[in-house]
Amino acid sequence: MKGERGVPVRLRFTKRGRVRFISHRDVARAFERAFRIARAPLAFTEGFNPHPRISFGLALPTGTESDAEYLDVELTEETDLDRFAADVTEALPEGMGVTGVEFLAARAASLQQGVTSISYHVEAFFSDDGAWSPSDVEAWVQDVLAADALVVSLRRKGREVTDDLRPAISALEVEGPEAGSPPANPPSHDATAIDTRATCVNVKLELSTQPRNVRPEEVLALVGPGCLSARKVLRIEQWIERDGSRLTPLEADTRPRAGIGAR
Amino acid sequence: MTTSLWPEIEPLLPGVEKPGRYIGMERGMQRPRHELGLVRWLLVYPDSYEVGLPNQGLQILYEIVNERDDALAERAYAPWGDMEAALRGRGLPLFSLENHVAASEFDVIAFNLAAELTYTNVVNCIDLAGVPVRAADRTADQPLVFAGGHCAFNPEPMADFVDAFAMGDGEELAGEITDVVRRWTAAGRRHREEVLHELATVPGVYVPSMYDVSYDGPFQRLTPRYADVPAVVDKRTVADLAAWPYPKQQLVPLVEVVHDRLNVEIFRGCTRGCRFCQAGMITRPVRERPYEQVRSMVQGGLARSGYDDVSLTSLSSADFSGIDGLVADLVNEQSGCGNVALSLPSLRVDAFTVGIAADIQKVRRTGLTFAPEAGTWRMRQVINKLITEEDLYAAADAAYSAGWRRVKLYFLTGLPTEMDVDTLGIAELARNVVEIGQKHTRKAACTASVGGFVPKPHTPFQWFGQNGIDELHRKIFLIKDALKGTRAEVRWHDPPATYAEGIASRGDRRVGAVIERVWRQGGVFQEWSEHFALGPWLDAMAAEGLDPEWYVTRHREHDEPLPWDHISAGLHRDFLWMDWQAALAEHGLPDCRWTPCYDCGVCTDYALEHVVASAVPPAGGSQGTGQDLARGGDVPVAILPTRKRAVAR
Repeated sequence: MKGERGVPVRLRFTKRGRVRFISHRDVARAFERAFRIARAPLAFTEGFNPHPRISFGLALPTGTESDAEYLDVELTEETDLDRFAADVTEALPEGMGVTGVEFLAARAASLQQGVTSISYHVEAFFSDDGAWSPSDVEAWVQDVLAADALVVSLRRKGREVTDDLRPAISALEVEGPEAGSPPANPPSHDATAIDTRATCVNVKLELSTQPRNVRPEEVLALVGPGCLSARKVLRIEQWIERDGSRLTPLEADTRPRAGIGAR
Repeated sequence: MTTSLWPEIEPLLPGVEKPGRYIGMERGMQRPRHELGLVRWLLVYPDSYEVGLPNQGLQILYEIVNERDDALAERAYAPWGDMEAALRGRGLPLFSLENHVAASEFDVIAFNLAAELTYTNVVNCIDLAGVPVRAADRTADQPLVFAGGHCAFNPEPMADFVDAFAMGDGEELAGEITDVVRRWTAAGRRHREEVLHELATVPGVYVPSMYDVSYDGPFQRLTPRYADVPAVVDKRTVADLAAWPYPKQQLVPLVEVVHDRLNVEIFRGCTRGCRFCQAGMITRPVRERPYEQVRSMVQGGLARSGYDDVSLTSLSSADFSGIDGLVADLVNEQSGCGNVALSLPSLRVDAFTVGIAADIQKVRRTGLTFAPEAGTWRMRQVINKLITEEDLYAAADAAYSAGWRRVKLYFLTGLPTEMDVDTLGIAELARNVVEIGQKHTRKAACTASVGGFVPKPHTPFQWFGQNGIDELHRKIFLIKDALKGTRAEVRWHDPPATYAEGIASRGDRRVGAVIERVWRQGGVFQEWSEHFALGPWLDAMAAEGLDPEWYVTRHREHDEPLPWDHISAGLHRDFLWMDWQAALAEHGLPDCRWTPCYDCGVCTDYALEHVVASAVPPAGGSQGTGQDLARGGDVPVAILPTRKRAVAR
C-alpha cells in the first residue's frame, strides 16, 4: 500500500489537563504511537524513510488547552470511523481524545491553509498592584471593539515591526470579575491552585489566524503590561470562513459517511 | 495521608523549559495508592528526565516493587536548573511524578549511580527532598537513602550521603530490602541504627556507617562494627534472566528522551574481557535470555508501546547465540502496522555483524558505530580488545557497500603503555576507513570519537595512573593534526571533565567532602559540558587537603589497599593483578564463554554458570575467541613510567 493515495480522514481531538504541558511535537509523536497501538491502517509515504501521512493544524502552544485540535491522516482503506476514533482515544494519554472524525473530500484545503479564526476562553487574573481596576473591564472591551486600529510592536527576526491587532479580533467578551471565587467551569479537570486574593475574569475571544495567528495573550497585553495575565487558555473551536459561511473543520471539506458508521 | 503537591507545582510549569518532564503520565506509569503499612520507594535517576527516563534498571525495580503487595514505587529525576529554582523559590521539595508526593514522605529514596559526574546531583536531590545531605544527620522519621548501579562498586566517595548501597543485580535485593524496612516500620521505627544494622546483614547490602574508618598513612581501612556485618560485601547476581522478564510495560514518555525506543535486554554480563571495561568485569557471568522470551518481549512491547524502534540491548549484542536467526525472525514477523526499526547497540567489529546490521536497518540508515577502542594491534592486545585491522576494514567495507555513508569509531586515549605511535594509529585507522569508504561513495565520511581513559575499580586497570589533562590534550591534538584536511572528523571528551571523573572514580571516603563542596558551589549537572567546570573540584580538593594527582594520575602499588577492597564483584584480586600484568606483557585473554575457564573467581565463588545457548563462538567474530592472539606480538614491551608522587596527608 506504500505510497498509494489513501483515504484521508480528519480528526478533532482534545488536549486537556496536565497533558497540556507537552509540546506540539510531542502531541504528534503521541498520535503516531497511538495509531500504531490501535493498529490503524495508516498510509505511508514512499521513499527511503517511509512515514505516515499525518498533517496537523496550527500548533497549539505548550501549556494551552484545547477542545478543538485537528489533524488529517491518510488511511489505506475505508474504516469504521467511530471504532477507529475509540481505539485511538484508548491509546492516547489521559486528557487527549478523539471527539470527531470524518472522511475528507478530495482536494480539501489543508488545516493550515483553511482555518481562518480560532475561539478561546481565557481565565485571566488581575495583578493586585491597583494600577488597573476590574471595574474598568467593561469600558476596556468597548474601547477595543470601538477602536479603528490597535497598533502594537513586535519583534520579528530580530527587528521591531508594528502590527494592527484590531482586524484580528472578531469577538471579545468578558465575564466577571468575580472576586475571590474560582470560575464555575474550570477549563481543566485538574485541581488548580486558586489564589483567592486575585480577581479572575473569563475572557472569550475569537482571533483570526491569517495573515498571522494572533495569540490571546497579545490581546490581554493591550490592557497594559502585566495588568491582566492568562492563567489558563482554552481553544474552544477553530473556524473556516469561506464564501460567507462559517464552518468547523469537520463541517468543511468532509464528505458524508456511507453505510455502517454513518451519522 | 499523603498530599499531592500538584496544585502548587502546576502554576510553576508555564514558566519552565519543557514542562512535560514534570507531569509523569507516561504510558506504563503506575499510580500506586499510598496505603498505610506499605514500604514506599522513590526511585531517582540523578540526571535530567530525558537522560534518566530510559534507564532500564530503574524501570525494572519500579515494576518489581509495585508488584509486591507490601510496597509501592514512584519515580523522580533531577529537576532542571530553572525548575529547581522555581521549587526552591516557593519552598517546594523534590517530588514524585506519579502522585506528585514530596520525596521526604517516602521510606526509601533510591538513586541509580550510573556515572560519577552525577554525584553532585545526588547530593542536590537529597537536599531538595528536605533531607539532611549527610547520612549521619538523619533521624528515624526521615527516608533511608539507598544507591545502586555500576558506580556503587566504589561506594566510598558517596558513603557520607548514602545510608545503604545495593551491589549488583537488584531484582531480588529490592524485595529483601523491602522486608527489612517493613519490619522496622511495623516495630515503630525507633532507631535508625537498628534498621541500618539489619540492612547490613542482607547479602549484597553495604552500609557505610556500620564500619569504622581508619587511615594507615593515606590508605583507608574499614572495620565492621559488629560481628554480623561482613568485612567484604559481595554483589548479588540473578542466576537466570528468564525468571525476570522486566520491564513488562516499558515506560513510554510523552516528551522526547534519549534512547526513545523499546529496549529489550537480550543478555546480561560480558566475558569479552576488555580490560578497561568496568561493566564487563562487574556483571559476569553471561546470562542470555531465552530466544522465545526475547521474541515475545519484542512483539508484546511493540504492540503495547506503539514504538516503531526496538533495540536489543546488552554489552555486546552480536554475541547473542543465534543473533542472526533472531534478527531474521524479528524482521520477518513485523506486522503491517508501520515499519519497525531494529538496532543493536555495541556492534562487534566485523563484516558478519555489519551483515546483520544491514539486514535490520533496511528501513533507516543512520551512521554505523564501531568501537575498536585503540589505534594499534599492540594497544588492542594490552586492552584485550582483540580486533584486527582486517576486521575493522572488512566491517567498514561492508558498511559503506551496504549504503552507509558515515562510520563512527570510538576510541580511548590515555591507555596503559600508550605511546604516540598508538595514538597516531587512531588517526591512521580513521583515514584508512574513509579511504575504503570512498571506493563506494565520494561522500564517505568517518567520525573518530576520542575519550580520555578513566581507570575504573574492579578492572585490571584499577592500578593504572590516569593521564593528566595536558597529556590528554596533547594526544587529542596529535590525532586532530594527523587528520587535518581529511574527511575524518575528530570529536573528543573534555579532558578536565575526564580528570574530575578520575577523582570520583577511584576516590575514597575523603572525596565525599569534596563532592559536597562542589555541590555547595552550585556544581550540579556536571555531566553536561555547559555546566562543568574543573575549578570548583580543584578548589574543593585543596580545601580538604587532598592531592588530586594522588587520586588521579598515580599508579597504584601491587599490595596497597584500595578504597573498594571491601566490595566484591566476585573477581579475585589475584586474577585482576595477573590480568594487569598480562596487559603490560601485551597478552590477550580469550573469552571464557567458549574457551576453558581461567578462574576469574565469579562463577566459582558464587556457584554460577554462563547461561549461553550456543557452545561455539559466533560466526565471523575473531575478537576474544583466541584465533588471532599471536598477531603483532613482536612489538617491544613498553615500560610503564613509574612516578612516585607526594602522598596526600
